[in-house]
Amino acid sequence: MDKMPAWADAVLVPLISILIAAVLSALVIAALGMNPFEAFQLMVEGALMKSSGWGYTLYYATNFIFTGLAVAVAFHARMFNIGGEGQAQIGGLGVALACLFIPWPHWSLALIAATLAAALFGAAWAYIPAILQAKRGSHIVITTIMFNFIAAALINYVLVNLLRPAGAMEPATATFPAATSLPTFQQMFSTSETVLFRGSPANITFFIAVAACIGVWLLIWRTRLGYELRAFGFSETGAKYAGISPVKITVVSMLISGALAGLMAINATMGEAERLVLNASEGAGFIGIAVALMGRSHPVGVFLAALLFGFLYQGGAELAFWANIPRELVTVIQALVILFTGALDNLVRWPLERAFLAFRPKGAQ
Amino acid sequence: MDFATLLQLLESTIRMSTPLLLACLAGLFSERSGIFDIGLEGKMLIAAFFSAAIAYNTGNVWLGLLAGIGASLGLSAIHGLASITFRGNQLISGVALNFLASGITVLIAQSWYKQGGKTPTLTGGARLNEINLPLTETLRDVPVLGPIYAQVISGHAPLVYVAFLAVPATWWLLFRTRFGLRLRAVGEAPEAVDTAGISVIRLRYTAVAICGILCGIAGAYMATGLQPFFGKEMTAGRGYIALAALIFAKWRPWYALAACLLFGFLQAVAIRFQNFDLGAFTVPVQVMDALPYILTVVILAGFIGKAIPPRAGGTPYVKER
Repeated sequence: MDKMPAWADAVLVPLISILIAAVLSALVIAALGMNPFEAFQLMVEGALMKSSGWGYTLYYATNFIFTGLAVAVAFHARMFNIGGEGQAQIGGLGVALACLFIPWPHWSLALIAATLAAALFGAAWAYIPAILQAKRGSHIVITTIMFNFIAAALINYVLVNLLRPAGAMEPATATFPAATSLPTFQQMFSTSETVLFRGSPANITFFIAVAACIGVWLLIWRTRLGYELRAFGFSETGAKYAGISPVKITVVSMLISGALAGLMAINATMGEAERLVLNASEGAGFIGIAVALMGRSHPVGVFLAALLFGFLYQGGAELAFWANIPRELVTVIQALVILFTGALDNLVRWPLERAFLAFRPKGAQ
Repeated sequence: MDFATLLQLLESTIRMSTPLLLACLAGLFSERSGIFDIGLEGKMLIAAFFSAAIAYNTGNVWLGLLAGIGASLGLSAIHGLASITFRGNQLISGVALNFLASGITVLIAQSWYKQGGKTPTLTGGARLNEINLPLTETLRDVPVLGPIYAQVISGHAPLVYVAFLAVPATWWLLFRTRFGLRLRAVGEAPEAVDTAGISVIRLRYTAVAICGILCGIAGAYMATGLQPFFGKEMTAGRGYIALAALIFAKWRPWYALAACLLFGFLQAVAIRFQNFDLGAFTVPVQVMDALPYILTVVILAGFIGKAIPPRAGGTPYVKER
């Protein structure tokens, strides 16, 4: 059967899908009684036209890079890890334990320990669904959803009964020691004359996220494990014939996925809140799904999609502040992106395929 | 625990089980036809909003119910389009619709009522009123059974009885009618159904539509009966608990009733007692919250029987193959 060129499938289809999602989002804004162009302008001004706006955009983007990569790695092995939310929250518990109970002399040492703890805790939370899928065939989507709720209940219990400082009302841990405070962009890039990124939460974790993108790219396309992972995702039976163990690939890819989701906590819990609170992941685990779908599970795509969602998040906050449009607008946009790039992509692909076949050069059968 | 507390607990169990049961049966129809639906939550939520909003605007709860069912059917149509017509990923479609419902309900609620994403409280005819079953007063004085009948069984909103009657109705429809046989077949071996000259697409759309109607009733009950208003994220994960109950019930209607009563009981206990004192040790409220999910994982792992989903579940049907 004839196919359309690969570039059209990889670039044109998602681009048109996003365009449809954008048009529908604009219609939603218009239905709320606001000029979509003005709304967009407000978002751009708030998120991109000043350095503190960028500070927020990049902070959110950092979260979404981690959770997006988490979903993407699992996608390569044809698994749908919907449990990034729970894995990120449990990763936050790891960060909190590492920061609260060890007296670190310097933030760099604390960062290394917290990174390891976040990855370890996140991976551990993904391990049980992974092993159940690999050994007992329990559907990974359902088990990871269940583990999100179990994680929320567990964190709730730990915060209310174990880690809450005596006398405090709010279910949250004590503030982490000052020595574990990560350098923010404001501290890193401001000079004595000009203050950049004023008051914004973007911090050094952003560079860890960029490193994670490169790491995932190397892993997926430059290592034997990555090859096995993609082979398994492409055809499970084929991979089995090639001597690739399904159990190993399922478990390893979910461990990596969980670890990446857990890493989000260094940005949100250690970098921003500096203590563990309830629902510390704030839905970023789910946005990872949209990011991975939009980025076509490629680290470069994930990075760009995470930037876009960071912009939407910060721009959405600006809209909420200046135009009194609830932040849930971003949830709707996110839903439309997931719907059109993930579930309804054939809506775009099929007509496009037909168009390409109709206009192919004569004689090129 | 004395008898009065137990009665309260059971009465609350019935009310908490109702939305779970309706959503669970909704999922049962969809998944038995081979369409996975993790969008139960979103359908309930959007139905909850539109039923409360229309009931408030018109003062008529039944118009609200219709609006709720309509909104839920709208999401079902998108899900059907994505997963049946365009052969997309059913799980991703479900996730997207959950987000859509979660966002759009707050946006519209804020735009219409300006109360921070909730509707005003419903009063009078805009609320579902409780009905007393016949003979409630006559039987009240019968020891033990009288109070149970009067307090636990009688005196609920009509939709509660609809939910419980839906169980035998579902069983009958699925296992005693030609339509039910075909519906179950299309979830196991759609190619066989197709060979027999029956439209796979039409059957699946029908199942998805039934799913939408039941989710609509569930959402309407939540926002007009269980509580007299719509609040942001008011379904609070019940769609996922219903999904858990569906797996727990191994995709069977009577088991679904048992599973939903169990999970409803856990919710009732969690509301009534913050920490459940069992004498020897206390069960923290968080354990009660997590128990439905933990039980489902255990069931899925196959340690207590094996939960086997419909064979063709999650895969779009391609005729040519």
